[in-house]
Amino acid sequence: MAVNKKIEELHERRQKLLLGGGEQAIEKQKALGKSTARERIMSLLDKDSFSEYDMFVEHDARDFDMDKKTLASDGVVIGTGTIYGAPVALFAQDFTVAGGSLGLMHSRKITKIMDHALKMRIPLIGINDSGGARIQEGVNSLAGYGEIFFRNTLSSGVIPQISVILGPCAGGAVYSPALTDFVFVVDNISKMFITGPEVIKTVLGEEISMEELGGARIHSEISGNAHFFAESEDECFEQIKRLITFIPWSNDRKARPFDPGEPQAEYNIEKIVPDDPTLPYDVRDIIRAVVDNSDFFEIMEHYARNMVIGFGRINGQTTGFVANQPLEMAGVLDVDSSDKAARFIRYCDAFNIPIITFVDLPGYMPGADQEYAGVIRHGAKVLYAYSEATVPKITVILRKAYGGGYIAMGSRHLRADFVFAWPTAEIAVMGPEGAANIIFRKEIMLSDNPDETRQRKVEEYKEKFANPYVAASRGYIDAVIEPGETRKFLIHSITVSKNKLIQMPEKKHGVPPF
Amino acid sequence: MKKFENLGTLNINTRLYKTRLSSKYANRQPYKSADPGMVMSFIPGTVLDIVVEPGQIVRKGELLMILDAMKMKNQIKCKMDGIVKNVLVKKGDKISKGIVLIEME
Repeated sequence: MAVNKKIEELHERRQKLLLGGGEQAIEKQKALGKSTARERIMSLLDKDSFSEYDMFVEHDARDFDMDKKTLASDGVVIGTGTIYGAPVALFAQDFTVAGGSLGLMHSRKITKIMDHALKMRIPLIGINDSGGARIQEGVNSLAGYGEIFFRNTLSSGVIPQISVILGPCAGGAVYSPALTDFVFVVDNISKMFITGPEVIKTVLGEEISMEELGGARIHSEISGNAHFFAESEDECFEQIKRLITFIPWSNDRKARPFDPGEPQAEYNIEKIVPDDPTLPYDVRDIIRAVVDNSDFFEIMEHYARNMVIGFGRINGQTTGFVANQPLEMAGVLDVDSSDKAARFIRYCDAFNIPIITFVDLPGYMPGADQEYAGVIRHGAKVLYAYSEATVPKITVILRKAYGGGYIAMGSRHLRADFVFAWPTAEIAVMGPEGAANIIFRKEIMLSDNPDETRQRKVEEYKEKFANPYVAASRGYIDAVIEPGETRKFLIHSITVSKNKLIQMPEKKHGVPPF
Repeated sequence: MKKFENLGTLNINTRLYKTRLSSKYANRQPYKSADPGMVMSFIPGTVLDIVVEPGQIVRKGELLMILDAMKMKNQIKCKMDGIVKNVLVKKGDKISKGIVLIEME
């Protein structure tokens, strides 16, 4: 065969495979508002930057007449490309081919690109759109999942791993995303669950729709399995691209610095926090008032809103923000918010991203439901995460910092590098009302007018202890600063801690209160 | 501003905070102490067999019924000595978690 004939044959073979499961299946996919696997990759990557591998891979299953079936590229597309010039490895399951079901060769393609990402130390993006295990391939399919989970775990904390759920994702398939750093979902398209509505109906006799059971909103607001929610696939891809600009390629690098820019004037840091500690404000306005260009990229925006986490830049350098949110549930620490903050802190620590903490919280959420849900061990995650983190840690106490909450939120005692407090800070063992009731209980009880005595004692306690100066006198905070000086102090702290180096005790790994 | 409208009140350590309340908080169940006289389903499933009837005297640890759930035949046993007052389910019923199966006295 002449060379040009051979090239022609290659073109023909490619052309056939690029159709995936065929035109009809593609039409069905489109009718659901979904793009095809390769279209998704193109939307995500820089123009003409995609190289596909293993296009010609075929399954070799024999049972249940599988030997008579060919599945294009075995239902998954893998390759490498760039996003704003940053290299990434990725796979995208092709729902048009046997429902994107995972067989042995399908899984081998995925693990091949995962191994590649780890070896090259570049981020891995997985686009999930699969009905689950390919039942005809039996235990081989389960083996495939296991190999993926194992690699997710090996890569954790070494390269960023991003999961995009763009279709159903059921049973074992949800565990790979759960092991990765960030999960993206799209309204009406993404579904995640361990057992689907059918099983629930058979076993429990309960009717529930896929959307109510494991739709994008459920995982963004209730379960906390998803980190980013989008209305459309295009919006989702924009979010992923934006995330890539904030994070480093791997744990032996730093995030790419940007040109610094001043925050926007509309965020006036002097005017955001009310003096009355029981009144709310949006702590995200504080973050926007200090980060470059007021550009704050929030993570898990809809889940445990009493804690705000996300990325911003200080003087061009990516920084992780952790902040109590007085606007939601008074900013209390509870099971979900502890979980949310702790995991983010560990992410930042793993990927050399400094952490800035804004503190304003009334304490821990009381109640049997919280205690039963394990607020002790979940709350302990925050202590563990801050203590363990060796990246620069800067804490600013805006207003209330009471009791256990004060210790947990990046305090000096957990080795924060810089702790600042505003003049409005109240750093004490508990709020004035609670403290006065305990310390002066007898005096209040025995007085002729208990209410008046209580009020006087509360005022006395406020006067004496509800300020930053007691903590400052012990050196627990480094400086009391004016709100308007905050950005200046943050830039300075980040600048002088660039060379931070701490040696932690040698160990295989810790045993955090997962 | 819109985000500062519809605020609720949250009591933390005897101080009242103005804030937005989450749906999880609104939907939480107030605590109720367990009553050994109420035999509850601990798992959703199907009632396979009921071996007691109202009026019957039973001892602590005695078998009351079998609940088929998660491919297992689960034995539901009595938590107190007493008399079966009421059997609230029947053979073949599909039940969810946390419902009262039998009342004892």
